Amino acid sequence: MIAMIAHTLVLVGLVIAAALVFRFRDLLSAAIAFGVFSFLLSLEFYILQAPDVAIAEAGIGAGLTTAIYMVAIKGTERTEAEE
Amino acid sequence: MSMSKIVRAAADIIFVFILTFGFYIVAHGHLTPGGGFQGGAVIATGFVLLIAAYGSRALLDRFGKEWFRSSEALGLLVFIGTAFVALFLGATFFANWLANGGLIFGEAVAFGPNPGDLNTGGVIPIMNIAVGIEVLGALSLIVLYMLSGTEEGA
Repeated sequence: MIAMIAHTLVLVGLVIAAALVFRFRDLLSAAIAFGVFSFLLSLEFYILQAPDVAIAEAGIGAGLTTAIYMVAIKGTERTEAEE
Repeated sequence: MSMSKIVRAAADIIFVFILTFGFYIVAHGHLTPGGGFQGGAVIATGFVLLIAAYGSRALLDRFGKEWFRSSEALGLLVFIGTAFVALFLGATFFANWLANGGLIFGEAVAFGPNPGDLNTGGVIPIMNIAVGIEVLGALSLIVLYMLSGTEEGA
């Protein structure tokens, strides 16, 4: 029962984080939201008994990709262009 | 560009634990989940933390891009070299020539459920370590080259 609730919370958090990535006009906030998404995805991998993939996702997705996005934002524009 | 003193002190402390955890994942790659790639990615995350806290200048003064490039080349050479040694010993390419030999990593695996012995696996732990060295250099290089595109790390 506890595991079921935790699993549902992680899935709901995944959808919210993914929606926030699209909602934010500030690209730095979007990159942070993407990091949260990657962290929740690695938790989901762990719940689904794939700890190997969970370690890779936590290291690459939450750690390195967020840093690379931040470097890219620093080199370009911080806010998304208006339509 | 470096961050405030609090961030730098915290990065100093956390870096040690990230490094220890990364090398643990690499060394136990044949026993537990994880392996060369995952451990190397964790170690590279530690280097990225140092870059974020101190700026790329401070890290490049200590190590330099050549250091990471050589670690990438060394890892790949050890990996393919271990595979070629099997060819010279008369076995097939990538054959496990160290398994059950009594040498390094040469213990026979115990039968039945057991907690796992680090001294087993033959060439698999060696290849995990090689991949770990390669990945930590390569992923740190990716971030360093991304930074060299901005005016700060140029």
